[in-house]
Amino acid sequence: MTAFVKLLRTTAFKLSLVYLLAFALVAGAMMVWAGWRAKQLFDDQIASTIEVEIAGLAEQYRQLGIRGLVEAVERRARQPGASLYLVTTFAGETVVGNLAALPPGVIQRPGVVETGYQRIGEVEQRRRALARIFILPGGFRLLVGRDLEDREALRRIMTSALTTTLLWLTLIGTIGGIWVARRVLLRVDAMNASVQKIMQGDFLGRLPVNGSQDELDRLAENLNAMLDRIEELMNELRQVSDNIAHDLKTPLTRLRNRAEEALRRERTGEDYRATLETMIDDSDNLIKIFNALLMIARVEAGREQDGNSIFDLSQVAKDMVDLFEPLAEEANARIVLDVDQGLKIKGNRELIGQAIANLLDNALKYGLPDPAQNQAVLENVQSSALISVRLSHEKDKVKLVVADCGTGIAEQNRERVLSRFVRLEMSRTKPGSGLGLSLVSAVIKLHGGKMNLEDNEPGLRVVVTLPALVDSPRSVG
Amino acid sequence: MSPMRILIVEDDPEAGSYLVRAFKEAGHVADLANDGLDGYAMASEGDYDVLIIDRMLPRMDGLSLIGGLRQQKVSTPVLILSALGQVDDRVKGLRAGGDDYLAKPYAFSELLARVEVLMRRNGHSLSEPVAYRVADLELDRLAHKLTRKGREIVLQPREFRLLEYLMQNAGKVVTRTMLLENVWDYHFDPQTNVIDVHVSRLRAKIDKGHEVPLLHTIRGAGYMIRDSLR
Repeated sequence: MTAFVKLLRTTAFKLSLVYLLAFALVAGAMMVWAGWRAKQLFDDQIASTIEVEIAGLAEQYRQLGIRGLVEAVERRARQPGASLYLVTTFAGETVVGNLAALPPGVIQRPGVVETGYQRIGEVEQRRRALARIFILPGGFRLLVGRDLEDREALRRIMTSALTTTLLWLTLIGTIGGIWVARRVLLRVDAMNASVQKIMQGDFLGRLPVNGSQDELDRLAENLNAMLDRIEELMNELRQVSDNIAHDLKTPLTRLRNRAEEALRRERTGEDYRATLETMIDDSDNLIKIFNALLMIARVEAGREQDGNSIFDLSQVAKDMVDLFEPLAEEANARIVLDVDQGLKIKGNRELIGQAIANLLDNALKYGLPDPAQNQAVLENVQSSALISVRLSHEKDKVKLVVADCGTGIAEQNRERVLSRFVRLEMSRTKPGSGLGLSLVSAVIKLHGGKMNLEDNEPGLRVVVTLPALVDSPRSVG
Repeated sequence: MSPMRILIVEDDPEAGSYLVRAFKEAGHVADLANDGLDGYAMASEGDYDVLIIDRMLPRMDGLSLIGGLRQQKVSTPVLILSALGQVDDRVKGLRAGGDDYLAKPYAFSELLARVEVLMRRNGHSLSEPVAYRVADLELDRLAHKLTRKGREIVLQPREFRLLEYLMQNAGKVVTRTMLLENVWDYHFDPQTNVIDVHVSRLRAKIDKGHEVPLLHTIRGAGYMIRDSLR
């Protein structure tokens, strides 16, 4: 496709053609109408002039007879710019007048007529006139007419004006259309080129914006915003896979090292057995990490699930506290449960259960005051540390709060800690994969809820709000 | 325990033959079918104790296979293996007629434990016995009473259910996820040792002060209650 054809195919060009056509039609119609009105004005004026003259001449005839009429006609015909006059007998023979020739038969029909004529003393000049023929008593015919030359001149001027106008209109319109189309096409081409470059791998490229704030500019700005968002997501994804690779490399290397070490020299069957058992533990840990990763991916990809049901969130919270109670006791902590009864929500009971379990697990792992460092805190909080689980109903929301009394999470880390494999404990001495909160966050999102990490002074307070079940009469029964 | 006849329907030849070998080493008999149709034919003709069926299979999908068998009144217990799927895969699988569900990647010990427990369901009558007995430990389900050597041991309700499940499967390995599923009725992978603490509490109550321990930890797998003298 040549550049020119491309230009002609643009919407801008087609639109300007349509406008041009519409404009030409309207302009043409207006000029034709104006011409017609002007002609009418002319005709009316001529007709009234003729009327007056005929009335005058008829009066002459009535008072002075045919002689008087002839005199009057002769007198008038001599004046400059005179009208056309002709008096004939009933047979058509000329009595007096300044007309040399008329088409045959015209004089026999009374009334207004437009006709060609020839004036006396003029040779072979075709003229047109508007005339009125009047039959006088006695059979004489009187014709009074006016030349139409002025009207014809006007018509010619109008016609040429019309054609010239239309010609220029078409010319300017087409050139203008091409110009506009070219302008738009240039910018769209630039945008297309940028998009193509981005598709070919230049992910940092952006569409050109000229700051004019017109529709193309706004489109480009929006597309750029979209590209920014995609880049952000891609970076996140890259970060995640980097983290995954890194975090899985360490345990895999450890696993391999153990096997290598066991093979390095002869050992007793007992030793081999012990090594193999440790290796199985390590592999189980890896499997757990994989399962957790897959679970997060599934939850994040999930939409409305078949597994959704209406369940008692209060019961799930109680079950989870019951599940973790012995663990808490071992850690010299206490879980305090403060739950509104019978709060039901719609969702996946297993996932919500796991989310609460993860929150409790976190609280027990990282939310207890370090006895060595925080002796004072420990004394303040009675003999055992407290973890509280509160569940309450607030308007159309269900609010779940899991709070601990550990070191909490610094404000700048609260967003980051939700990402996969992010562990704030740099030494990594405590067990954990850095996936717990990621899963909680994904589960809460899947259920249309929100999760906020707040300062419990001291400690971390995780505030989860989930949409409460809308009580319809049916669901109550 | 007595050897089981297991049919594995798995299209990945390596994974399939690994499972066959592993089950043989565990003392069972295992056959392998490579696609859904073969699996369907073998399952309806052969006399198997347990079927292990992959969800995604060539020629006939795993769930259709199970549905077909159930329509033919083949009631052999089925464990569904699933690679990657949706969160509600388990629900779908159980609805289609599966008896248990395990998501890949899994540990073989987990699969073995689940398969062995599944067979018990098939082998025994529908009604559960009124009481369980392992060596000198007796659990009376009706009276909700536990005694060892005739001395009563008081358990919390949750501990009672935990022990009940372990004794119901006495002599078999029960994994942590199985315990969470059957005692707490939650189907997720407990990431920490939360189950271990419950078990060690229970162990303190039933084994403390007795020479012969009954509740054993099986490394890399789970727990088992059994009479060690036998």
